[in-house]
Amino acid sequence: MTVFVIRRFLQSIAVLCVTAIIVFIGIYAIGDPAEMLIAPDASQAERAQVVASLGLDKPLWEQFFTFAWNALHGDLGRSFVFNRPSISLIFERLPATLELTLVGLFIAIIIGIPLGLLSGLKPNTATDEVIMTGSIFGFSLPSFWQGMMLIMIFSVWLGWLPSTGRGQMGEFLGIHSSLFTLDGLKHLILPAINLSLFKLSLVIRLTRTGVRETLPLDFVKFARAKGLSENRIVFVHVFKNILIPLITVIGLELGSMLAFAVVTETIFAWPGIGKLLIDSIMRLDRPVVVAYLLVIVSLFIFINFVVDVLYSLVDPRVRLGDAS
Amino acid sequence: MTPVLDVKNLSTHFMTRRGVLKAVDDVSFTVGQREIVGLVGESGSGKSITGFSILGLVDPPGRVVSGQILFNGEDLLKMPPTAMRTIRGKRIAMIFQDPMMTLNPVLSVGTQMVETVLAHDKVSRAEARQRSRDALGLVGIPSPEERLDSYPHQFSGGMRQRVAIAIALLHRPDLIIADEPTTALDVTIQSQILFEIKRLAGEFGMALIWISHDLGVVAALADRIMVMYAGKIVEAGQVDGVLTEPRHPYTSGLLSAVPAAVPRGEPLRPIPGFAPSPLSRPSGCAFRDRCARATEICATEPMLEIAADREFRCFHPHLGRAA
Ligand SMILES: Nc1ncnc2c1ncn2[C@@H]1O[C@H](COP(=O)(O)OP(=O)(O)OP(=O)(O)O)[C@@H](O)[C@H]1O
Ligand code: SF4
Ligand SMILES: [Mg+2]
Repeated sequence: MTVFVIRRFLQSIAVLCVTAIIVFIGIYAIGDPAEMLIAPDASQAERAQVVASLGLDKPLWEQFFTFAWNALHGDLGRSFVFNRPSISLIFERLPATLELTLVGLFIAIIIGIPLGLLSGLKPNTATDEVIMTGSIFGFSLPSFWQGMMLIMIFSVWLGWLPSTGRGQMGEFLGIHSSLFTLDGLKHLILPAINLSLFKLSLVIRLTRTGVRETLPLDFVKFARAKGLSENRIVFVHVFKNILIPLITVIGLELGSMLAFAVVTETIFAWPGIGKLLIDSIMRLDRPVVVAYLLVIVSLFIFINFVVDVLYSLVDPRVRLGDAS
Repeated sequence: MTPVLDVKNLSTHFMTRRGVLKAVDDVSFTVGQREIVGLVGESGSGKSITGFSILGLVDPPGRVVSGQILFNGEDLLKMPPTAMRTIRGKRIAMIFQDPMMTLNPVLSVGTQMVETVLAHDKVSRAEARQRSRDALGLVGIPSPEERLDSYPHQFSGGMRQRVAIAIALLHRPDLIIADEPTTALDVTIQSQILFEIKRLAGEFGMALIWISHDLGVVAALADRIMVMYAGKIVEAGQVDGVLTEPRHPYTSGLLSAVPAAVPRGEPLRPIPGFAPSPLSRPSGCAFRDRCARATEICATEPMLEIAADREFRCFHPHLGRAA
């Protein structure tokens, strides 16, 4: 386990370095941020002064090493646009995105697994057909369209739920979140559902496939031959085997949900990190983009780590620290 | 003495898209108390499905379509599912062919044994664990206490099969159905396990149905032998009699294909042709197009001939010593 953690840590550092280099070069190639930042009527001297103050007059490699050196000291640079540390811009917005993503994932799991089980245990029945058809919609209708329909139905026609913003926040154990007030919850429901629909369909299908593939296996028949109850067979013997692929995929999907919350955040004006990223790319605000990606990559790495640990808990054949 | 198991005219069919597949077709046999019965036949002849039918474990699209399965005089086919569950694993146990697949890979051996005890007996977890440990010891697994916490992948194939046997023994059933439990193992381990099972069955007074396609194994183990072909039992009788004086041409064909049964110097003669596809069996005797003795009458269904201590389905049986 210790070997596993150390190796994983070293790999992570390497991944972060490569990410930083690629993003740095990528943004440099897109365009010159000075063009965006300096008023068109600025004088030549003013120009030169701004460029020098941002360090943009230095060669790229030197800019990168300055950045890397500062990063090692915990400073990921200041936003060109806001003139504030980029990391604090990100951490201001990150909790809203995390909240949205985690609630969305929770919905996908809590609804998806039971529906998938139902469908897999009673294949080709009316229940199964309904669930499967529903999941096809979840898969194939574009997320922004689903979001607009949700707003149309629940906010515009029925007037039940608000459609923009985060609502009132509550505090619990020092954490600020919309989860802790009724108003906040109301604001959270629609965006969280919107973000979860695709994953919900995925969880349903994964669970159903898992059940279909596990039921015919010999160990299930052997469990029946032992005289176990059907509940024990489904919820212990079958379910524990399905958990293995579920954990893997859900872990991977959590990362992509974080990264792709942008669409939902845009539709529901959710003050998350996605909007910040889009704005920063448009303005070539390199420090923010780089810091954002480093934070997201770190989250990915952390999630993968948690997944691997969970995996080893569920599947006794996996031992952390063996081959990579 | 009433037999433990009395199967009468059992038919199990699979309703497939391409037609009705008669996996088990009008099969009747009995298993006496403490008797070891060998069920042999080629792949696809319906041996496993016969076993699953007895336990009520035939999966759709398969279904037992007719017959009776009297277990200690009670018809299992008329039993409600909840009652059937109290028979499975408790009074009739089953061991499967592939020890790599019969244990759940993500549950510890102890969990899989304790749950079997608790499924039938209201005892404490500690007592269930105690009984599981004793059963592991009984089948020759060293340091059983520690092994209870191991997972299946930490056992070799032979050891896993011993675990499966220990699970089958937990409730000292009246009958164990062993579906080729040694086929996947290598020869030395195979004979060790055969020996142990025979010993344990004798010790606990259990009857045994031993399914195999290996005549040698059955000869070493069983009291009686039943030969199955294309869903039907074509010959049955005491092991010695059937193996030395087979009546049915299929049985004698099987014997001339077994090295140990053919006298030195004589060639092995495998049965020509292949078992017919279960969906397109010839009318009448299903062995007809592979049989050297076939005549026109074989296109009609041969009836079961019951002679002293022997029964077979054939119009032109071998008489006297053959093969
Ligand atoms: N799920 C199923 N669907 C359709 N047909 C099946 C199914 N299971 C078994 N059968 C058919 O039933 C027949 C008997 O199968 P069974 O498994 O009893 O054979 P077997 O004698 O045990 O053979 P083997 O030695 O290969 O285990 C086979 O012809 C097989 O094709
Ligand atoms: S009934 Fe006819 S075809 Fe069938 S085994 Fe006997 S002789 Fe051969
Ligand atoms: Mg079989």
